[in-house]
Amino acid sequence: MFDIQRFTAASDAADAVRLLREDPDAVLIAGGTDVLIRIREGKLPDAHLVSIHGLPELTGVRRTPDGTIVIGPATPFAVLAADPIIQTCLPFLGEAVSRVGGPQTREAGTVGGNLVNGATSADSAPSLCALNAQLVLRSADGTRTVPITAFYTGPGRTVRRRDELLTEIRILPEDYAGFAGETVKYGKRAAMEIATLGCAVMVRLSDDKRTVRALRLAYGVAAPTPIRCPQAEAAAVGKPVSTALADEIAHAVLDEVNPRSSWRASREFRLQLIEELTRRAFRAAVIRAGGAI
Amino acid sequence: MLKIIQMTVNGQPVELAVDDREALLDTLRDRLGLTSVKRGCEVGECGACTVLIDGKAIDSCLYLTMWAQGRSILTVEGLRRNDGTLDPVQQAFIDECAVQCGFCTPGLILTALSLVMSGKAYTRDELKTKISGHLCRCTGYENILNAVEHALKVHS
Amino acid sequence: MAVGQSVPRVDAYAKVTGQAQYVGDLEPKTAYFAKIVRSTIANGRVTSIETGEARALPGVIAVFTCFDVPDIQFPTAGHPWSTVPSHQDICDRRLLNARVRVWGDEIAVVVARDRLTAERAAGLVRAEYETYPALSTPAEAMAEGAPCLHDEKPGNVIAHTSFHLGDGSFADAAAQPGAVTVEADYAVPAVQHCHLELVHACAWMEHEKITVVSSTQIPHIVRRVVGQALGIPWSRVRVIKPYIGGGFGNKQDVLVEPLTAWLTTKLGGHPVKIELTREEVLGCTRTRHAFDWHVSAAALPDGTLLARTYRAYSNQGGYASHAHAIAANAANVFKQCYRDRVSLDSESYTVYTNRPTAGAMRGYGIPQGCFVTEALTDDIAYAIGMDPLQFRLKNCVQAGYVDPHNGITMHTYALDQVIEAGRRAIGWDEKRAAYAGQTGPVRRGVGMALFTYKTGVYPISLETAACRMTLHEDGRVSVQMGATEIGQGADTVFSQMAAEALGVTLDRIDLCSTQDTDVSPFDTGAYASRQTYVSGMACKKTGESLKRKILDYAARMLNRPADGLDLRENRIVDETGAALLPLEDAAMEACYSLTDSTHLSAEESYHCTDNTFATGACFAEIEVDLPLGRIKVLRLINVHDSGRLINPALAKAQVQGGMSMGLGYALSEELLFDENCRPLNANLLDYKLPTAPDTPRLETIFIETDDPTAPYGNKALGEPPAIPVAPAIRNALLNATGVAVHSLPLTPQKLIEHFRAAGLLGGASHV
Repeated sequence: MFDIQRFTAASDAADAVRLLREDPDAVLIAGGTDVLIRIREGKLPDAHLVSIHGLPELTGVRRTPDGTIVIGPATPFAVLAADPIIQTCLPFLGEAVSRVGGPQTREAGTVGGNLVNGATSADSAPSLCALNAQLVLRSADGTRTVPITAFYTGPGRTVRRRDELLTEIRILPEDYAGFAGETVKYGKRAAMEIATLGCAVMVRLSDDKRTVRALRLAYGVAAPTPIRCPQAEAAAVGKPVSTALADEIAHAVLDEVNPRSSWRASREFRLQLIEELTRRAFRAAVIRAGGAI
Repeated sequence: MLKIIQMTVNGQPVELAVDDREALLDTLRDRLGLTSVKRGCEVGECGACTVLIDGKAIDSCLYLTMWAQGRSILTVEGLRRNDGTLDPVQQAFIDECAVQCGFCTPGLILTALSLVMSGKAYTRDELKTKISGHLCRCTGYENILNAVEHALKVHS
Repeated sequence: MAVGQSVPRVDAYAKVTGQAQYVGDLEPKTAYFAKIVRSTIANGRVTSIETGEARALPGVIAVFTCFDVPDIQFPTAGHPWSTVPSHQDICDRRLLNARVRVWGDEIAVVVARDRLTAERAAGLVRAEYETYPALSTPAEAMAEGAPCLHDEKPGNVIAHTSFHLGDGSFADAAAQPGAVTVEADYAVPAVQHCHLELVHACAWMEHEKITVVSSTQIPHIVRRVVGQALGIPWSRVRVIKPYIGGGFGNKQDVLVEPLTAWLTTKLGGHPVKIELTREEVLGCTRTRHAFDWHVSAAALPDGTLLARTYRAYSNQGGYASHAHAIAANAANVFKQCYRDRVSLDSESYTVYTNRPTAGAMRGYGIPQGCFVTEALTDDIAYAIGMDPLQFRLKNCVQAGYVDPHNGITMHTYALDQVIEAGRRAIGWDEKRAAYAGQTGPVRRGVGMALFTYKTGVYPISLETAACRMTLHEDGRVSVQMGATEIGQGADTVFSQMAAEALGVTLDRIDLCSTQDTDVSPFDTGAYASRQTYVSGMACKKTGESLKRKILDYAARMLNRPADGLDLRENRIVDETGAALLPLEDAAMEACYSLTDSTHLSAEESYHCTDNTFATGACFAEIEVDLPLGRIKVLRLINVHDSGRLINPALAKAQVQGGMSMGLGYALSEELLFDENCRPLNANLLDYKLPTAPDTPRLETIFIETDDPTAPYGNKALGEPPAIPVAPAIRNALLNATGVAVHSLPLTPQKLIEHFRAAGLLGGASHV
């Protein structure tokens, strides 16, 4: 039995937005794997819940005629990973969300919840940052679209207002077409983990597969929020693919990350992981892109 | 607040009044007496409360009963036939000596059943990932994996 | 022959169908829920508690504080009672305590109609404290001026023991020509049992009889301690132990039962339950003791072990629980594995701190002692440049070993065969050769560790057990043991022993799994890997006794002497084995005879006054990813001499589970605390039990000896598998990298720091 004062199931997205506006204490719940834990910990006393659990309008993946991939935020991780569009176009995103917690959590927890809770350790965040995901937020006042790179404002904090509902996660064609990606989750064990470090590398190679045309580097737990490393990305463009380049990128990102020490891991250890995993993920992404290294 | 919900539990239609603050774990144990569903952590970290909801393995501790409206729930109480015959997955757990204290067993049997029902084949490493949402402190998973492999073999 | 067969578990059907009932499945629906209010400091004193708000919450039945409980101090260790006062356990806690000694100490309790109300009300109780500095380590607790945790133990040292063996000294040994010495500090952290079932008890009272249903390994000891804690005659308490979801030693302690029992006495006998949360179980019940050591060894270049010294500090936490028994056991294994030709000096301290109370956990000090013993063994072998397996063969204890202090004897010996079997299975010689002189970022290594383990607690404590059997009129036999099933398979092996002793088939045995101290025969319970050895003998004796009674009755029926009769496979047979009478016919006649109605039952107790050593070893092959600090275990093999196996399939399963626990101890498990002794990772996400993908194939090998002191040749098996795994992996790391890590667990961050210090990572340090 949870310490919940009010529970209302929204009938659709419009209803959810209306309920959020009407009740200034209302909190959204989708999969429940974060919110119910916070309620049990006493962090949301006397919660007023607005449930969007399983709303068809917010679930599933589709591709628009222009090639934009639209992910419903209430899509459970397991459904996302099994989706044919994701498997074809964004396989590394499917792989990343297949490392969330354990299988039962992945059946319940949702990709939208993973983003809006603002955690730097969110397993979907590095991939979606690398993909320049566009987040569509809807409130009673209308909708706005926020790039994920402008979404996070601090640990556990985002630009989303309490009465806003994340309705779509949009990936534009120029942000995935021609790219190959690789993600790494480093945890202390092989399952049921919170990331000690998350890393996503996307690379687009020249036609002869020998030169980097574009590079995207994104990290979780390398800073208070998920981050990109734009300088290291830019510096690699136009350079020939080589192990030396992998080393150069791995060193370059160290100037842009800012991990902290906690009882879970020291800053120094996380820096070691960032360097080594960047090197490995870059190599793997290059191979996936058809290059050799 | 009490609300009426309808769901199917172990093949039988059920209509009952539940508190809208209840986890499915509480409803199954306290209202329906399905005590095979075990409380081990209440935060989705141990898997002891796993049930199948429309065939998918879910931690019932983090699932509000209100969400079960219209859904089909399966616990191990629903596997045994009236004549006492066991489901092949249950029998595999006995045959492979995969049971010790028994507290993780019902949840693991249900995850194993979902794998059997998927009709797919799995490598040993894939099975390890598939059961990784269950903690077991007695077995080291070795015989559990043997039991799941055994059940998959019987099914195919 | 029932003994020696891999028969299915007798409780498996109940457990795969959900029919097996645990405490939470049995408790009355009307039970009140009691929520413990815990201190938010680790060291201090409650000066006042405000409970008005909590009491005012609708649904709250009562609130009791540390100022309301009886002024009675009681012990909690699951040890047999001793009628000798000096050997009794330390009584150092009340039902609720105003003097706070651990973070989360029990300072008040709220009873409510339901759990949610109890939890909300508990959050409304406000305590004021006088706060003292929190003491994390024995060193801090022993320092001059440290606050005293218990008035009875000024200076916080619970016990300090030492011994010397040999004619010379360590200095003599070190002075021998060519002698090489190593000296270092080693440490292991506190870890937790993580039984899947939470700590859970329910109590009610009818007239003056208090019934406690508890998830415990030790129902008869719980009865005694509840009696002590409440200051009432022990037999006013009735403890019922149903199926339990694992214990591993945490439930070899009396945890919430006394408070649960007291609450029902305060509430007119109404049922009251306490079910701890996972966070409470991890942070506020018991742990395995953390140890700090300073040890040294001296050996000759030819591998002769000359001398060792051992100084141990065992971190007891806030309350005594099993106290110095753990440190004494850890020191014993250091002594009982190797032969020091010149001397062995050993001293051990057990010290109160403000960390969670440490108690029994699978191996009872031996996993800790084995880690330091076997890490030091590899380190001295490494120092003299000798293969550590050869070093062990040269120095390990020999057949017929007798402990010089307690007289425990290796009645059967296979340690040499154990080592040889593991050596062959893992390909030791080939791999040690192949893995010499590796360079590069990924390296492999093999390592091993051995152990010795006594079976039961004699002569340190009493060993006693009882069994009762009743022949029913249809020829089936019900068996009641005082010994408990905690998941290890006790019910199954006792069923096999009963069938064997009686001469009936296993399907004729109905073993009652539940213990009820008003009904069940006496037994001290599941711990010390004692039950098959001690309680098994009670089972065997009882079976033989009932068999004699059956044969005597059959002799009267058949009008022939009992001497020539036997019971085999459910039939009374003559000397030639020819069947004379089905058992069920004798049973029916014995019950309903109009001329000679005799109810055939037997009860025997067994006072065990012997002991014997089980031995074993773990062999590990690992691959180390240096830049990520990651160890991948490629092969893990446990070899055991646990005597004759009663049920080989169950024995194998038991070893696999122990290996998994050892794997966690090696690589990932540790309870972490802040400087105020508040737990940081008391949940199953942050406390890293191995998951299935973390676990390699678990290989098991048994060398079966036939111990003459045991009921069926068997020796300790329950705890041993968890013992040698961590040092074996640690030693494989030494082989792979040349890096000797002196503490557990071998976490990536720790390894990265070691690898960097050893110059294995290259490049600059990220500071």
